Amino acid sequence: MAFNVINKTIMKSLFSKPATAMYPVIKNEFYPNTRGSIEMAKIENCSFCGICSKRCPATAIEVGKSDKKWEIDRTRCIVCNFCVQVCPKNCLNTQRSYTAPMRDKSSKLFTAYGPVVQEVNSGTAAQENHTQVGTAEEDA
Amino acid sequence: MGERTIIPFGPQHPVLPEPLHLDLIMEDEKVVGAVPSIGFVHRGLEKLVEKRDFNEMIYVIERICGICSFIHGQSYAQTLEGLMGVDIPPRAKYLRTIWAELSRVHSHLLWLGLMADAYGFESLFMHCWRIREKVLDIFEETTGGRVIFSVCKIGGVWKDIDNDTLNRIKVIVKDIGEEAKAVTDVFVRDYSVQKRTRGIGVVTYQEAIDLGAVGPTLRGSGVVQDMRTLGYAAYGDLNFEPIVEKDGDCYARTVVRVREVYQSLDLIRQCIEKIPDGEVDMKVKGNPSGEYISRMEQPRGQTFYYAKGNGTKYLERFRVRTPTFANIPTLLKILPGADLADVPVLALTIDPCISCTER
Repeated sequence: MAFNVINKTIMKSLFSKPATAMYPVIKNEFYPNTRGSIEMAKIENCSFCGICSKRCPATAIEVGKSDKKWEIDRTRCIVCNFCVQVCPKNCLNTQRSYTAPMRDKSSKLFTAYGPVVQEVNSGTAAQENHTQVGTAEEDA
Repeated sequence: MGERTIIPFGPQHPVLPEPLHLDLIMEDEKVVGAVPSIGFVHRGLEKLVEKRDFNEMIYVIERICGICSFIHGQSYAQTLEGLMGVDIPPRAKYLRTIWAELSRVHSHLLWLGLMADAYGFESLFMHCWRIREKVLDIFEETTGGRVIFSVCKIGGVWKDIDNDTLNRIKVIVKDIGEEAKAVTDVFVRDYSVQKRTRGIGVVTYQEAIDLGAVGPTLRGSGVVQDMRTLGYAAYGDLNFEPIVEKDGDCYARTVVRVREVYQSLDLIRQCIEKIPDGEVDMKVKGNPSGEYISRMEQPRGQTFYYAKGNGTKYLERFRVRTPTFANIPTLLKILPGADLADVPVLALTIDPCISCTER
């Protein structure tokens, strides 16, 4: 009896596809609903009302009405999607891809206009390929 | 009488995914006592209710634990709904039940894998996790998150699952049941697995009650107690019986969890067959005031929620008692007299979740 079960399992394992994925070669396919990371999709519609900032449980979003600033701190964001759900103008969106790894903390802020490079205390040079927008703030 | 030595077990140990620390008092190879120390990952989430709006807090509460994340969110939502006198739409109740039962399947399959790993059965561990991956895919497809869903809200759920997807989930659930059969047979029938679990860490019926054990630890000792029989969410409309084993040893606790996997798959099937159409959420107005207690069945056992509102948008007091916290006295009871080699198996049979315990 047990012998039959083992034979069945062996045959099944021999002729079935592996359960794991060949990751770097074959990229993972995300579902349409996948909650990757928060992005400002339509900045032109945004009224900078600050509801997303007030409702954020992790206080990761900072909005300035006067200087039209929208910033999200990726290292604080818990991707709960609450800001997307409460946005009255549907400006916010969740990307299907996850947040990319960061080389240093200085590139943690993402604004409506692209990632921000901050000046670290020691005066590290700004990374290439990053636009420098907004004011420099100290790392939290 | 041998010389007594103290062996620190954890907080970093290959068999433990979380920082549980036990000082094992040993006499040769036998454990004669154990002193637990917890507090390595305390986060103060219960205090945070004073600074966060009760609507936002649900996302924080979900992060109490990664495995029973959805049921924590559901418990919090249910407590606040009770506090505010809200009756949510029936479809939302059924959806919550489906996600909660899927959470139970994935938690138990994860635990079975860890248990196999604890007694050195690596391939069995991988097979359990391979099956679990299908459940995680259902989560990602329906809610957007693989482990933390953020789909529950006070007044219902954020997302609906359309009926086509539900029918597809029914087929996947059937497949999971068939695949799990081959794996769980090893836990129930294999000679070497039984050798490591039968007659070890026995908790009698009376001891389980006296020590306040909950969940599979309690039901493994023959006590019929399952919070789902209270009939919260959609459980009142479903047919099921609490699963009970009489032996009270590691084997009985494993078998309870194995049988609960199939029970949960059956409950999901029943939910999909009975789910009504309609809205999935409703607007909740006002602020909570008064006190409310809610009890729910998590994969690890009964969880207890208490909330006190004062008419503002911030709660005055909030308390969670998680199943692992209730099961630690049982662990300390079963450790003395055991061999050192059995300690990982014994520690795992209560399914320790330290992030739950410390909140």
